Amino acid sequence: MAIECLVLGAGQEVGKSCAVVSIGGKKIMFDCGMHMGHLDHRRYPDFSLISKSGDFNNALTCIIITHFHLDHVGALAYFTEVCGYNGPIYMTYPTKALAPLMLEDYRKVMVDRRGEEEQFTSENIMNCMKKVTAVDLKQTVQVDKDLQIRAYYAGHVLGAAMFYAKVGDSAIVYTGDYNMTPDRHLGAAQIDRLQLDLLITESTYATTIRDSKYAREREFLKAVHKCVAGGGKVLIPTFALGRAQELCILLDDYWERMNLKIPIYFSAGLTIQANMYYKMLIGWTSQKVKDSYATQNAFDFKHVCSFDRSLINAPGPCVLFATPGMISGGFSLEVFKQWAPSEINLITLPGYCVAGTIGHKLMSGKPTKIYVDKDTQVDVRCQIHQLSFSPHTDAKGIMDLVKFLSPKHVILVHGEKPKMATLKGRIQSELQIPCYDPANNDTVHIPSTQLVKIDATETFILNSLNPNFECLKRSSHSESKSTNTDLLPLKQRKEEPVAKGILIMDKTKRAKAVHHDELLPILGVEEHTIQFAYCFSVNVDSLLLIKPDKHSIELSEASASSPITESGGPSNTLSQSTDSSSTKNELPFSDKHSSLHLLFLKLSNDLVGPKIQEFPDHLQLESFHVSICRGNNCPYKIKEFSDGNSIVSFCCKWSLADEKLAWRVISVMNDLESLTVHEL
Amino acid sequence: MKLTCLSKGSGFHFPPCYIFTLCEFKILLDCPIDLSALTIFSPIPTGGSYQAADFHVSDISMEDSCISDSNEPKRRKIEKTLQASDLIHAEPWYKTVTNLSLWDISFIDFVLISSPMGMLGLPFLTRNNKFSAKIYATEATARLGKLMMEDLVSMQMEFKQYYGSQESDFPQWMRWDKLELLPVALRKIVMGEDGADLASWQPLYSAENVKDCLQKVQTLKYAEETCCNGTFMIKAFSSGLEIGTSNWTISCPRRSIVCLSSSIFESAHAMNFDYRSLQGNDVILFSDLSLLHGAIKDAYGNRSLPTSQAQPAYDFSALREGNNNEEEFIKSLVNADESLEEMDKLAFICSHAIDSIKAGGSVLVPFGRLGIVLQLLEQISLSLESSNLKVPIFIVSTVAEEMLAFTNVVPEWLCRQRQQKLYSGEALFGHVELIKSKNLHLFPAIHSPEFLMMWQEPCIVFCPHWSLRLGPVVHFLRRWSGDHNSLLVLEQGVDADLALLPFQPVAMKVFQCSFLSGIKVEKVQPLLKMLQPKLVLFPEDLRLQIPCPSTNSFSFLHYSLNKTMRVPRLRNDYEANLATDLAFQLEPRRTNQENMAIARLRGKLFVDNGRYVLVSAKDPIDTSERSILMHWGSPDPSLLLVALREKGIHGSIDRDRSVLEIYEPNKALIEFHSTHTVVSTDEKLLATLIFEAIGSVLDGI
Repeated sequence: MAIECLVLGAGQEVGKSCAVVSIGGKKIMFDCGMHMGHLDHRRYPDFSLISKSGDFNNALTCIIITHFHLDHVGALAYFTEVCGYNGPIYMTYPTKALAPLMLEDYRKVMVDRRGEEEQFTSENIMNCMKKVTAVDLKQTVQVDKDLQIRAYYAGHVLGAAMFYAKVGDSAIVYTGDYNMTPDRHLGAAQIDRLQLDLLITESTYATTIRDSKYAREREFLKAVHKCVAGGGKVLIPTFALGRAQELCILLDDYWERMNLKIPIYFSAGLTIQANMYYKMLIGWTSQKVKDSYATQNAFDFKHVCSFDRSLINAPGPCVLFATPGMISGGFSLEVFKQWAPSEINLITLPGYCVAGTIGHKLMSGKPTKIYVDKDTQVDVRCQIHQLSFSPHTDAKGIMDLVKFLSPKHVILVHGEKPKMATLKGRIQSELQIPCYDPANNDTVHIPSTQLVKIDATETFILNSLNPNFECLKRSSHSESKSTNTDLLPLKQRKEEPVAKGILIMDKTKRAKAVHHDELLPILGVEEHTIQFAYCFSVNVDSLLLIKPDKHSIELSEASASSPITESGGPSNTLSQSTDSSSTKNELPFSDKHSSLHLLFLKLSNDLVGPKIQEFPDHLQLESFHVSICRGNNCPYKIKEFSDGNSIVSFCCKWSLADEKLAWRVISVMNDLESLTVHEL
Repeated sequence: MKLTCLSKGSGFHFPPCYIFTLCEFKILLDCPIDLSALTIFSPIPTGGSYQAADFHVSDISMEDSCISDSNEPKRRKIEKTLQASDLIHAEPWYKTVTNLSLWDISFIDFVLISSPMGMLGLPFLTRNNKFSAKIYATEATARLGKLMMEDLVSMQMEFKQYYGSQESDFPQWMRWDKLELLPVALRKIVMGEDGADLASWQPLYSAENVKDCLQKVQTLKYAEETCCNGTFMIKAFSSGLEIGTSNWTISCPRRSIVCLSSSIFESAHAMNFDYRSLQGNDVILFSDLSLLHGAIKDAYGNRSLPTSQAQPAYDFSALREGNNNEEEFIKSLVNADESLEEMDKLAFICSHAIDSIKAGGSVLVPFGRLGIVLQLLEQISLSLESSNLKVPIFIVSTVAEEMLAFTNVVPEWLCRQRQQKLYSGEALFGHVELIKSKNLHLFPAIHSPEFLMMWQEPCIVFCPHWSLRLGPVVHFLRRWSGDHNSLLVLEQGVDADLALLPFQPVAMKVFQCSFLSGIKVEKVQPLLKMLQPKLVLFPEDLRLQIPCPSTNSFSFLHYSLNKTMRVPRLRNDYEANLATDLAFQLEPRRTNQENMAIARLRGKLFVDNGRYVLVSAKDPIDTSERSILMHWGSPDPSLLLVALREKGIHGSIDRDRSVLEIYEPNKALIEFHSTHTVVSTDEKLLATLIFEAIGSVLDGI
């Protein structure tokens, strides 16, 4: 079964993140964002591609929102309340707490300031949020019988998460926005080493490599300090949440250290209230900030107070945080119009501004005049400082993550087309992972992993993990604890032996892997072995012709000194039994026994390698078995031999496993026979 | 799997303790200590006037307050001889789980902690060098447990200062001659029924021990899945008893187990009992023994429980026989009655508290249950407000500040109503506002000048410890025990007679209140039914209270204290996953049995997150392994003759000797037996051809 990824937004661009992934019969929408650069229908993802009929409840299994930024959650209220999606929605606790603030703020900007027709109401936002199920990090959520999702820490903003989704044996990760380096209040992204078919990652900074953050923070503080020291006003346009808190921690701390008394304002009650949320959600911040909660919550800012509109033109320096971040309207635009014309003032811009916003215009070059709308023109004489630290990962971070997860496929979203193409090339060439950068409304198909569920018997498992399990287990009982656990059968071992067994496939049952030995009882049959046998006669005199060489000298030292014809026979450990048989005065038989010993010497001499075992009445070489044939009617005596006094018959038996060996022995014995024929 | 119940515990503060073997690993479930045993020690004398020996229990004059009308208030005098002077005057030692001390702790592989109370004994294990197990607890449990342990350590300091540092490892009071002098009641606590408990006493751990212990605890998020040793997966789901308390699920290749600890369906502070996530596991270890302790108290005829223990009339039969659908069960399980009942109890405490304050007395609440304290703070401040009373509320504890701050930053572990507060930007608990409005004051100790500055009476004081032996409570009790207007509120489970012994005569009102601390009896059956296990490991002691009807689809096994029980295997086979590429490499062949095919399997087996996965082996297949492994059936000579002929081999069947003689291309012989066939030839090629021919008329692989 294949995985299908339909990119509804953030395909080769930044804005309105939305990817619909079909996996194992489930359809998951990751993020439901809006595009800040468009005011027409293009601001929302084209939901009609999910379902022509608009029956989204049946089309989608669930929606997962990664974080509270509008380009990730902006279209959610519209989709649920206006388009009518009623199914489950998942996001982290902070996102559930903070997303409605973002949506409400946006709605106000649209309706109250721009006088637009409203896309959704406050009530819509509230109703939408009621449908949301909040999840904790790493909490494994069973959405339905087959779909499992899990959130991982993503850094970026408070509550930002990467989401893992698994259906059957196929698994994917959608990163949302993430940051691989910790900042003032958030930790770095963290994820387990997962087995993934697909990784969908953001690529905002697909080609940028950034240096130390602290240098850039110092630069920012220096610029702000210089401005206020010169009596200027600093405007910091930010979103209400995230960047505002990070910069605030930075400034609050700096103010404290430098003992500055210049006021820091927050533009609206909104952001002050946002700090309240941050305080309760401190568990989602970095370890350093988290550890401080009991004595001094890091979001209790000492130097921050709320701003009043009348203060815009009040004399004296100040620092003001105002929304929205890219000066696309609202209060930050209002203040911008007032403060921009004075050269002692400073405006800081976020690292990234969407095309079409004033922030974007200020960033591109150094304009002196800006049209904020078609009739209003603003002279820009103030200083501009661009914040070069951003809560997004850089190219190195993306590569590190991809390398760490080593997914089977990568899809890039949330970036700029040319840069994404470069990164895509790197992933393919450096990591040998197929990579895609689909445009909006494109679908990518990739194959997925599937595993067949089978049963396995205990013997199969134990033998496959560790073939010598039985003997190891026995020895482990007496040993100390550490060895005991080391030898446990279920432990992962470095070298995995080859698992061998038999798979029984029954149409009515689940397939079952068994060990060889278990097969026949299960089938209810007995084994039928095929053996080989051969009986042939050798003139015993030919054996006497063999000169014991150095290989066998030691073996038969004693017997070599005495003549073979003596009844004493071989004087090795087996002589006892040979003697007893010889006392019965059956000389020919005893002779035959000694001829078995002669054969033993001969074989030991000729066959280098395999060890031959000598027994009173037979020789054994693995399964190969030679004995003196007593009967004349041996069925295995296929060829006729002339009878004679000195003729001895050797009866050989062997099984298939020792086929090669057997034929080597037989060829030795055949040589003996031919030798006999020539000599006599 | 083998299970041993090491301790049945007693009530909320002393949860039960188990050890079980799973997949050859030894797992310890909880490691609590019995803090109620602290009552054998005498609290530190304060002030010169106090003479412990002056008071005899015979002049007990406690006022029993009783909410319940159904239960006759029973008053039991302790044996006449027991006096305050009988208590042990020494630095207290702590009573650990006796049966655990009989085990070799170096053999424990994992420890699962299900509540902060269940981890108070952990430093005793971790300070032992032989202990090397991995410990798992939820983040919230570990945090609260840490604070509770630190509180114990700091309260113990007062004793250390009073008695000086202990010289020997063996305290005087543990000597036999001293033990024999102890009154029976105390001796029973020290030694247990059979004297074995004596081994379980340990001197308290140090702050350093606590720190080390916490470093060894692996903390988990809510429902975070973790793999232990590659073999089994564990997950913790909320049990609703307290913030961070959890029920564990353990799944290993042949079993899945739920450790069902004391759980509360509707909590007013902690996240509710998440029973849905426990569905569909094979085995349930029912370790909610809260019912047991209620029963024991009654049987012993201890002090009556002031709150109503009478169960509401419950239509149990209707529930069982009625609709079998899950909805019904859930409706019956989760009714708001439980939390309403608990709210009533709090309201009752509040009204008594208000009465006392109006009469000019103060209120002392030495509760150990964080959840109850948090709610009582909210309730009591509302009551004060509505009665227009302005008295300060104090919390005196070294960890109060951190504890309360913590409760306001764990929305993930709180009940839905509290989470709603997060979404609307309000503080999660009322104490945040109370502190801000200066109605609630937190102090680490009573010695601070700030505390003395703020001090005014009447007031309401929350402070540890509920055993009435440690911490600031001792000082407050000494101050108010003679004031008949003041009120002392105790939790159920404390032996009030014994606890108050050193403070006699007690004129202040004493009010003991029980709170829900587990699953109610009538909910056990429906819950088990809904969880759909195959097997329930159930305490023997509850067999009569909760019989196991034969109509159940699951069976019961009853466990008893300290008896190792073997839990039968439910599945013989392991579950494994076969990678698709390997599945495609298989060469299945039919067998003579219908519907069955078999195939040689060759791959690599590894364990991934507790699951076995078979993938194709990378190294090339050895040609010798291609050969047939084994044959079965018996060859039909005539069929064999045909098969031989196809290979250019000719022979004739001699049925009498059941042999087949080959004459072309060369002489050879095939001899048939019931379980084997012998091929006789001296030609290698011929032998191979004959072997192949026989193989083709036999079944084989």
